[in-house]
Amino acid sequence: MLVSLKWLSEYVPLTLPPRELAERLTLAGVKVERIISRGDEWEGISVARVLQVAPHPNADRLRLVTVDLAGPAQPTVVCGAPNVAVGQKVAFAPTGARIRDGHTGEWTVLKAAQIRGVDSAGMVLSEMELGLSENHQEILELAEDAPVGQPLRDYLGDTLFELEVTPNRPDHLSMLGVAWEVAAQTRVKVQEPDRIYAEAATTSAAQRTSVTIEDKDLCARYLAGIVERVKMGPSPQWLQERLRAAGMRPINNVVDITNYVMLETGQPLHAFDFRKLGGGRIVVRRARAGERVRTLDDVDRELTPETLVIADANKPVAIAGVMGGAEAEVSPATTIILLESANFDPISVRATSAALGLRTEASARFEKGLHPELAAAAARRAMKLLVEIAGGRAAKGLVDAYPKKRPDTRVVVTRRRIEQVLGVDLSTTQVRSALSDLGFGCRWVPPDRFVVRAPYWRTDVNMADDVVEELARVTGYDRIEPAPLAGAVPAPSVDPVEDLRDRLRDAAVAAGLQEVITYPLTTPEVLQAVAPPEALEAHPPLRLENPMSSEQSVMRTSLRASLLQTLAANLRRERGPVALFEAARVYLSRPEDLPEEREVVVGVVGGVRAGRWGEPTDERLDFFDAKGLLEEVLLRAGADVEFRAGEDYGLLRGRTALLFAGEEQAGVLGQVHPRVAARFDLDGAVLLFEVDVACLLPALRPVAAHRPLSRFPAVTQDIALLVDETVPAARVTQAIASSALVAEARLFDVYEGPPLPAGKRSLAYAVHFQSLERTLTDAEVADARRRLVRRLEHELGAELRGSLA
Amino acid sequence: MADLEALRSRALDELAAACDDAGLAAWRSAYLGRQGAVIQVLRRLGELPAEERRVLGAGANALRDALEAAFKERKTEVERAAAAALEAGGIDVTLPGRRGLVGRLHPITQTERDMLAALGAMGFQVAEGPEVEWEYYNFDALRIPEHHPARDTMDTFWFDYRRDGRRSMLLRTHTSPNQIRFMEAHQPPVRVAVPGRAYRYEATDATHEWMLHQVEILAVDEGISMRNLKATLTQFAQALFGRDRPVRFRCDFFPFVEPGAEIAIQCGLCGGAGCRSCGNEGWLEIGGAGMVHREIIENVGYDADRYTGFAAGFGVARVAMLRHGIDDIRHFFSNDLRFLRQF
Repeated sequence: MLVSLKWLSEYVPLTLPPRELAERLTLAGVKVERIISRGDEWEGISVARVLQVAPHPNADRLRLVTVDLAGPAQPTVVCGAPNVAVGQKVAFAPTGARIRDGHTGEWTVLKAAQIRGVDSAGMVLSEMELGLSENHQEILELAEDAPVGQPLRDYLGDTLFELEVTPNRPDHLSMLGVAWEVAAQTRVKVQEPDRIYAEAATTSAAQRTSVTIEDKDLCARYLAGIVERVKMGPSPQWLQERLRAAGMRPINNVVDITNYVMLETGQPLHAFDFRKLGGGRIVVRRARAGERVRTLDDVDRELTPETLVIADANKPVAIAGVMGGAEAEVSPATTIILLESANFDPISVRATSAALGLRTEASARFEKGLHPELAAAAARRAMKLLVEIAGGRAAKGLVDAYPKKRPDTRVVVTRRRIEQVLGVDLSTTQVRSALSDLGFGCRWVPPDRFVVRAPYWRTDVNMADDVVEELARVTGYDRIEPAPLAGAVPAPSVDPVEDLRDRLRDAAVAAGLQEVITYPLTTPEVLQAVAPPEALEAHPPLRLENPMSSEQSVMRTSLRASLLQTLAANLRRERGPVALFEAARVYLSRPEDLPEEREVVVGVVGGVRAGRWGEPTDERLDFFDAKGLLEEVLLRAGADVEFRAGEDYGLLRGRTALLFAGEEQAGVLGQVHPRVAARFDLDGAVLLFEVDVACLLPALRPVAAHRPLSRFPAVTQDIALLVDETVPAARVTQAIASSALVAEARLFDVYEGPPLPAGKRSLAYAVHFQSLERTLTDAEVADARRRLVRRLEHELGAELRGSLA
Repeated sequence: MADLEALRSRALDELAAACDDAGLAAWRSAYLGRQGAVIQVLRRLGELPAEERRVLGAGANALRDALEAAFKERKTEVERAAAAALEAGGIDVTLPGRRGLVGRLHPITQTERDMLAALGAMGFQVAEGPEVEWEYYNFDALRIPEHHPARDTMDTFWFDYRRDGRRSMLLRTHTSPNQIRFMEAHQPPVRVAVPGRAYRYEATDATHEWMLHQVEILAVDEGISMRNLKATLTQFAQALFGRDRPVRFRCDFFPFVEPGAEIAIQCGLCGGAGCRSCGNEGWLEIGGAGMVHREIIENVGYDADRYTGFAAGFGVARVAMLRHGIDDIRHFFSNDLRFLRQF
């Protein structure tokens, strides 16, 4: 909503400078998004009168215009506008003034020029050249009484407030509504516009027409006025200027009046050419199946039975509350007008406007909810202007179909409630003056109650707390003294899954992985690349009804694709190691219910190792780099898992480990299958791990239990074992570490190949023998070692290769 | 005795030649160790006549003492020389260190953590909720019925699921639905922060993203008023933007609160005078708030005459952008390491 302060001052005295007023309104909930000063740029431009229009000697379409500036100089300039005429009041710019270039839209300094051989020392300006609109074809015609020689800034300059209007305030889409806000903020009175007009003594509107509301649920009131002997034509300049200031285009006097009154009051109006209404009457009803209407924007629209229409005796002539029809549109030939001022159901208007994809000034107001009382006030105001400006004769009275009068909104507010919500005890006087400044009625019923009547333009006020907000915003939010929360603090509760997820995040970062955040929407094809068909069948990805793009049509059931995409994008730029992770949800659909949202952590590792100087080397990161990172993550998070060889969709067999928390699988680690990697434009080894946070919970050591440290020396012996290559190293390590007197076993070499027999490999361990109670003797160590070797031979078929010590 | 003299001179020559720890240790073991030359001499004393034994014994002991002293001196010399050599061959300490991978939290996570920490200090606990929601929790329960103009500000992603012929499952457009879920499950006093993702059907540009992270706040108890709202949110904003940063509350509309407020901090660049970065307003909006609407208090089954509360919502990206001076919201989910490594 654009509010011209010049216009606004017709309803309310403006006692504050614009910037200060804007600030006050903004704090009170009427957000002034922008203050536009119109006319500051017009240095040197003034009002002129066209004295003479002569043909250009060298160009058919150009003319030589001589203007009067109320001074000795009467410059002659070249002008190409078709509408220039002798006697007009125009805006004239001498050379040196700044104008907005008609082609580029840039502000430039007007230079003296020769146009087709004729000197032109200035310019008669169009709206575009003044920065008023994009109209560059015609010159701007000023009102007849515009004072010649006056700086244009003084005559036409204005300050505009661009308002951001909240959905609950239709009144802020009107000059009067804003005037009431100004009144309350600056303690001044609102001057309501005049609505008294002369009526014909004999013909009454009720004789000329009738209104039938068939669907009373969607139309609470319909007022029709008849104006005869209308003289169609352009509106007076002042009215055109008002509309332009509000960003609307003048059309003709009748349409302009309906728009003007809508801007003034917030009530949308419509004027029909009465002679084009079949049967000369109005029927408000739902459209019938198959009915169509051509709207004013020249689109032929099919109507559904949900659409409320304004019909004549035969057919729809307008879509109620949204747009009029072309058929009964006023035209230069129109002489009788039927003025509509009605109240339509906000939900119905909104649904219709959404269904037709047609948002209009009218629908924007109706959908916020208007009061039927407003329709009457606006109708009388428009009738007055039609009589005075369009030269019409008003038939007596208005046809007022108002099936069920809506009562005034009365709300009881207690002082206790005001104090309870605001924490401030307002005095009776404060309450009463704040409300009456806003146009509310307020009756004090001692000891504690106020009976408040909301004015008809305030449809947003319906309950006590609505009134409390009025009091808060008029007295000022800044006047409410802050006070810290008192009272009991609820006992803290921590969700174990969310807590572990956050610990995994910290652990991953500490291990060197960079966190990323990716979108949860993807495509079925992308998911198919990383998730097995049976998983997608068990939980078909949730599909959007209205995706923004085909790339974002379903909810992901796996994070893997997003991470691989992100890795690929970064590896195109990065030369070096890249390790990324995301902790986010996957969405597993369930029949007839919301999906299960599971917290998952996925990491991806790729690229090459960095050298001494951080420079990329030729060595690619491999499985054990990723495993090292994952082990570090799990260690830091306090989770004990077992890695077992296994298989997983999209990962290379033989290079995949499953993570087990007890007997439940909690995740996977592996090298991405080259086929899958290629799908994401990745080449070379790419490693990926995935942890299901909830499944990892059983692996969590709640509190690490301390193990005592031995005070006695350890004896270290190296043991090399020949084992079948199918025996996992983890089992050998586990067997050694769990043997008697072994404090620690560290694998330090793995070897296969000649001279070892095929199918065998050698694992070399440094084994620490140590006791908590005493220093071990050589004999004890030798005995423990013997038992250990025997156990390994027995359990794992291992064979001692001989001591390396 | 001549033997002893020869031994002494040989030992001192060799000691002078020892120039590192290993050489010193070898020398010491050769001359002063348990099998060393001096001990050998002393061991042979028993075979000698008494007079000779006395003279030679005294000489051997003196030699041992002398060698010990010489050793100590030489050891100090060697240590000094080693340190001097290290100092002489100094390194350029500004060369880069040997570094492993350095990981960081995403700036959105960092900011969200800071926000939750500021709230935690005021006794707010964290409760997350589902991102895929029912229309009821996302809209109706929050007083945004179908065809309400407030739905315009939250264009919605709908799922193709239908219940009773109607679409009813959506991606939550804000974290507010979890307020309702939390109140349905808990009795007052309530003091909770709801972080999480939300989604809006919105074209992406420098200031708009279709995926957003929010932190929502809810406090419900007896005696909670706008005064508490202002104090809590001021403390919260100042924890994020600095102790002395002015915080402003202005009237605004959200269907689920009444009275409603917008929270803004003073523009840090112009100090409130108005500049380009604050759109000439002098203030930067950081969130919305208000007293929980009475109907919502009633609908979750609380006694609305007894309990009042306030709610507030903040965009995490907005806070992060203001704190770090990030000019384009699209950076966050582009996940370009060159961006992420800055935080």
